[in-house]
Amino acid sequence: MNRFAALIDALVFMPSRNGKIRLLVEHFATVPDPERGWALAALTGALSFREAKPAAIRELAATRVDPELLALSYDYVGDLAETVALIWPERPERANSLPPSLDEVVEALRAAKRGQVIGLVEGWLDTLDSSGRFALLKLITGALRIGVSARLAKTALAEWGKAARPEVSVDDVEEVWHGLTAPYAELFAWLEGRAEQPATGAGAGFRPMMLSHPLEEEDRAGLDPAAYAAEWKWDGIRVQMVARGGERRLYSRTGDDVSGAFPDIVDHMSFDAVLDGELLVARDGVVAPFNDLQQRLNRKTVTAQMLRDGPAWVRLYDILFDGDEDLRGLSFVERRARLERWYETVRPRRMDLSPLVPFDRWDELVELREGARENGIEGLMLKRRDSAYLAGRPKGPWFKWKRGALTLDTVMMYAQRGHGKRSSYYSDYTFGVWRGEELVPVGKAYSGFTDAELVELDRWVRNHTTRRYGPVREVEAGLVLEVAFDSVHLSNRHKSGLAMRFPRIHRIRWDKPAHEADRLETLAAMVAG
Amino acid sequence: MSAAHQSNQGGANPSRPHPDTWIKVLPEGLFVEPGGFYIDPVRPVERAVVTHGHSDHARPGNRSVLATSGTLAIMRQRMGEGVGGSLQALDYGETLRIGDVTVRMVPAGHVLGSAQVVMEHAGSRVVVSGDYKRRLDRTCAPFEPVPCDVFVTEATFGLPVFRHPPDLGEVCKLLHSMALFPERSHVVGVYALGKCQRLITLLRAAGYDRPIWLHGALEPLCRLYSSLGVELGELRPATVAAKEELKGALVLAPPAAVADRWARRLADPVVAVASGWMRVRQRARQRGVELPLVISDHADWDELCQTLEDVGAPEVWVTHGREEALVHYATGRGIRARALALIGFEDEDSEGMPEKAGEGEAS
Repeated sequence: MNRFAALIDALVFMPSRNGKIRLLVEHFATVPDPERGWALAALTGALSFREAKPAAIRELAATRVDPELLALSYDYVGDLAETVALIWPERPERANSLPPSLDEVVEALRAAKRGQVIGLVEGWLDTLDSSGRFALLKLITGALRIGVSARLAKTALAEWGKAARPEVSVDDVEEVWHGLTAPYAELFAWLEGRAEQPATGAGAGFRPMMLSHPLEEEDRAGLDPAAYAAEWKWDGIRVQMVARGGERRLYSRTGDDVSGAFPDIVDHMSFDAVLDGELLVARDGVVAPFNDLQQRLNRKTVTAQMLRDGPAWVRLYDILFDGDEDLRGLSFVERRARLERWYETVRPRRMDLSPLVPFDRWDELVELREGARENGIEGLMLKRRDSAYLAGRPKGPWFKWKRGALTLDTVMMYAQRGHGKRSSYYSDYTFGVWRGEELVPVGKAYSGFTDAELVELDRWVRNHTTRRYGPVREVEAGLVLEVAFDSVHLSNRHKSGLAMRFPRIHRIRWDKPAHEADRLETLAAMVAG
Repeated sequence: MSAAHQSNQGGANPSRPHPDTWIKVLPEGLFVEPGGFYIDPVRPVERAVVTHGHSDHARPGNRSVLATSGTLAIMRQRMGEGVGGSLQALDYGETLRIGDVTVRMVPAGHVLGSAQVVMEHAGSRVVVSGDYKRRLDRTCAPFEPVPCDVFVTEATFGLPVFRHPPDLGEVCKLLHSMALFPERSHVVGVYALGKCQRLITLLRAAGYDRPIWLHGALEPLCRLYSSLGVELGELRPATVAAKEELKGALVLAPPAAVADRWARRLADPVVAVASGWMRVRQRARQRGVELPLVISDHADWDELCQTLEDVGAPEVWVTHGREEALVHYATGRGIRARALALIGFEDEDSEGMPEKAGEGEAS
């Protein structure tokens, strides 16, 4: 555990991205298999231990520490693993027992039967020091949040691999990634030049997705309309359907396997292809509000009623593989033709094609984009006709052009501490609008402002606090936040009866008196039809 | 003198009024009515008693100030003319009658001159401890627990996640890093009053005898400490002119300066900060600290709890910091405890805020 704990500590305190890559490269180069592989699995979120969920860790800590003090500490620190690592009482006899190795920890957890995990964790916590406890808890709860993304870890792998494999890029690592399992011996062997590249073509692994940039006005001026195709940007979640050699998987944009939650899609994937599309809830071909889809997200399993009430649908954008044939090198136009042909032949149920939107001039599109207020449309996608399907977010071939956001002048009501890097700042704001003489909360936002503005907002919150509830402060009705959001829907989960989609702080109206902020009726009139 | 520990459970006793009838929280600060003075007032008042020289406790413009001679020297140094009207010294162990209150100063162990204000009135003894710590500090007299009826305490680190490790281990971390990266400057963020001088004495005690380089803002108080007999060894100004010599050197600066333009004179510096907040990784990380040093001038959780034990007061008032947790803990120990909700003191972690970092210093 020591090398791993030292790596985690060093990563936490390393402010620069390049410095983090250096630390990771050094770790891969000097730590043997399988320890480095388990470390990589931890950093990329590939390890998960069923019973070591945060709630169980919290319960365990509460057996050693006053639960009230634990709760207050967690509110303050903002990170459960760190809280428990710091608050866990040191045992004087610790010096006599040897802390476990990372390999030992992983193997023991894998072999553990239901009900044994927490006991193991408890024993280890008693033998580790504070850094070791932190690393252990981060490892077993599977959410490191130490400023290293899976992508950064893979970048470091490619960087380290350059010594033996100068041609390797991070996308090559992504490409093979989903066919592999921890502790990745074959991956390290390949990058050290001791073995061939692991196979990618077969198997139901995830292929890195192609992502778009937001279209800025100044970009558009330089673009030739004839070079781009347009299609609607549907308001669901981007998915990749992989059906290869009898295996079927549905992946989110980040490669998370969400098959379990959508049997109504997976059941109909009786083909051999890799497709890119938007997952929606649709009834009789009509797309339902995003809220309906939300009911079905983040679930391991679904009930019959959920399948009935919120039937899933995939609107197809692209085809990556047709059988064994890799189509990603073809142009968008060629892939689109293949997609249409494939769809005609296969006719999969619960899926349709996302139609192209014909246009000649940008102003036609502007009009179409603003006119489309129906459910499910977020805006437009522009795709270069000659662009191959590239992993990652290359600038130029694909743009997303969201419908103009709605905005509303609201009043800040509560502020809450952020988590992680923002744990000392009041960075999450609940805002409300007027109903008669009172404010009713209508949403919460924690983005859309700069770091400098965050410092100002935080100061304002501290100077205008009227009450405190743990990590939350109630503030005077004195600061107008202009909030931007994509749409608003009826909701019985909110006091105001309305729920905003993607609210974010658009502008801070330091100049505007609170009583001039908007009223609830104004928001109600914006509800999507 | 012996009011402490007499039974005070019986509720109202006209001959021995409860201290909350004569000590009040007013907008100016904690007011001791029968003495007509405020303790550490946040706004200018007629008569102030000041526990120590940090700027959130010692503020300018009071008509008269009572403090230890160490604190008065610090206030004069920092405020010059603005320090206030008449200054009166009351040193450790001395007693003074103010109105109907007997006042005594007892060491708080926080920074040079820091004192607990021990007050007796109408048969009760109340101790306002100001900021304090319990571990060894060569720059000031050690905290002395005084048994009392009401103990007024800070709670800056009033959560059980705050356990400051031994100072020597932290200083060794710094020395180890300097041995590991001899070509890099090590710049340590420290508060000008107290932390700076304490870290220097810790380094000297650990055997570090090379010159230590100082940001200009730290020099005056180091001079003052030296003149009051605190041995600091050789100190040099970290001016731009000394750029070459600063390579591989140890440099102390206010926390706000360590990662700011000022630090550009340093060669590829390792950024360290010495503060109790460094115990929380995310906090250190947020400030871009590469080498966090958990060295504090405040009591950690165990010291706070130990102190409540040592003074044995049946009632505790908590002034500032994480009041809630300490109140909860004390209540669980059968102590009547409440938060005073004083405003104007170092708010929770305002010290972590970039714009306050140069100003606030109490950690």
